[in-house]
Amino acid sequence: MNQKARFLQVIDVYKSYSGKVVLDNIDLQVKKGEFCTVVGPSGCGKSTLLRLIVGAEKPTEGEVLLDQVSVGPPDIQRGIVFQRYSLFPHLTVLANTSLGLRLGGRPGSERMSSQEIKDESMDILEKIRLAEHADKYPHQLSGGMQQRVAIGQSMIMKPKILLMDEPFGALDPDTREDMQLFLIELWEQEKMTIFFVTHDLEEAAFLGTRMLVLSQYYSDGRGNGKGINRGAKIISDHPLPRMASNTSGKQSREFTRLITQIRKEGFDPDYLQHAHEFNLLHPDSFQTLTEDESRI
Amino acid sequence: MNKKSKYPKLLGIHARPGPVLSILLAALPFVILLGIYLVSAEIRHRDNPADKLLPKISKMTSAVKHMAFEKNRRSESYLMLDDTLASMKRLLIGSGLAAVAALLIGLNIGLFPGVNVTLNPFLTFVSMIPPLSILPILFISFGVDELAKIVLIFIGIFPIITRDIRLAVGKIPREQITKAATLGASQMQLAYRIILPQIMPRLIEALRLSLGAAWLFLIAGEAIASDGGLGYRIFLVRRYLAMDVILPYVLWITFIGFTMDFLLRQALRFFYPWYVAGEDK
Ligand SMILES: Nc1ncnc2c1ncn2[C@@H]1O[C@H](COP(=O)(O)OP(=O)(O)OP(=O)(O)O)[C@@H](O)[C@H]1O
Ligand SMILES: [Mg+2]
Repeated sequence: MNQKARFLQVIDVYKSYSGKVVLDNIDLQVKKGEFCTVVGPSGCGKSTLLRLIVGAEKPTEGEVLLDQVSVGPPDIQRGIVFQRYSLFPHLTVLANTSLGLRLGGRPGSERMSSQEIKDESMDILEKIRLAEHADKYPHQLSGGMQQRVAIGQSMIMKPKILLMDEPFGALDPDTREDMQLFLIELWEQEKMTIFFVTHDLEEAAFLGTRMLVLSQYYSDGRGNGKGINRGAKIISDHPLPRMASNTSGKQSREFTRLITQIRKEGFDPDYLQHAHEFNLLHPDSFQTLTEDESRI
Repeated sequence: MNKKSKYPKLLGIHARPGPVLSILLAALPFVILLGIYLVSAEIRHRDNPADKLLPKISKMTSAVKHMAFEKNRRSESYLMLDDTLASMKRLLIGSGLAAVAALLIGLNIGLFPGVNVTLNPFLTFVSMIPPLSILPILFISFGVDELAKIVLIFIGIFPIITRDIRLAVGKIPREQITKAATLGASQMQLAYRIILPQIMPRLIEALRLSLGAAWLFLIAGEAIASDGGLGYRIFLVRRYLAMDVILPYVLWITFIGFTMDFLLRQALRFFYPWYVAGEDK
């Protein structure tokens, strides 16, 4: 385990809701600057994992660390973009974008004048191509435009890590592709760490430098009977080559092969790998199984 | 282009009444009511020309002229204006205070779990007390003048508005609270800069719905102990069976209530366009 990998750490994390285990002994570490994508069947707990990292919820057991420090309730170090509800309906596009700077500013930076705040916010709006809509309210924008504002709103704070929960889920294919390219561009410029949840395998493989599969379809030493209260684990973890910033890479054979493999590993309820056989290929990947789980 | 519409004008779920028809239909119940009144008044006056129960329109207009446009000899002022001002003052102070208190307390109950567990059961309990049943207590403890009536209006509508605000805060998606925190909002900023402006329109809506109740408590309070006010006058002249005063007063109160509701609705549209658009969706 190298030191650099310890930027985001999730250690032996369990999460259950009224007794039902959703996340089952999750181990994960992500290094700074990684674009980490997460896929998995619907309802497996992707959003739950994200809520634990942002601190909106507490793990039932285990620990989440950011920069070696245990995380508390949501704060300015972690930015988040949800699929919906990220924007404040009573604020204009400009006011939404500048909100973080107006509330208290970036940590450690000097107080900005309102002109500076406006200039910087307009720069961001320029970047996300919404400058001419600065004075509109969110309800006057299309879904894609709203998501761009939500991203700009988080970006302006330059968080250590940007968490995104299916941010492009509601967009049409063209807008979606635009937004993907836009996000990669931002990521390269700002050298952020991104944690990106999606249910679209192509999107995950295209965007990420690393791809995690979270799934409840696996087996382990606890057996396979009905009474087993089993939650999702990270069942495969792939390093991805960074493709050129265009979409042509999506047709390569390598790419399609990976997607086919992941579809089988993670999404086929009848294809159950034992916890020992998970494809944890990424160098930062690790897994600690309990005695029960590791029985063959 | 004289194609016959497949949509019925009036009957059934798919009816599309046009604008003219809509206005005519809306006027219909009023016209019927007025007609019934005029006919009944006519019949009663034929039996007894001095009938007081259903006064003729001419009797009412002269009563209004007397109350509203002629100076009262004893007080040297216009009675209906005095009554209106006295009632409006009580109503506006009582419901204004209730709105402000409900906003602040509902916001804090809705947002902070600690405040919620402390105050919510108590609030639920208090809101079950029938306000009129404690009217004697109010008169005993606050005297028979303004304060008791204002407190009655306050107690009458404050719990329900608070509960509505609390629900509105609870309905704000959890995601927004998380998001605000990640943008560096302190808890106070979250409460007063993010949440409060979003529930202001709900406050206006709740107030609109509570105004009817506020009038009820106002008039009840004035009826029992007062020396002026719209409710006071109605109950005073009741002793002389002065329907020619009571009926115009009731219409006047209704008109004021309608106007207040209208103004609040316009304020909602003007100040919170994003809310109105969201509700329409
Ligand atoms: N607050 C909650 N209370 C009870 N159960 C919950 C709660 N939140 C999530 N769950 C349960 O946890 C499981 C995982 O939910 P989660 O939203 O994390 O899934 P997901 O992987 O994000 O799904 P999707 O792809 O549909 O967004 C689901 O079975 C859900 O019913
Ligand atoms: Mg989800």
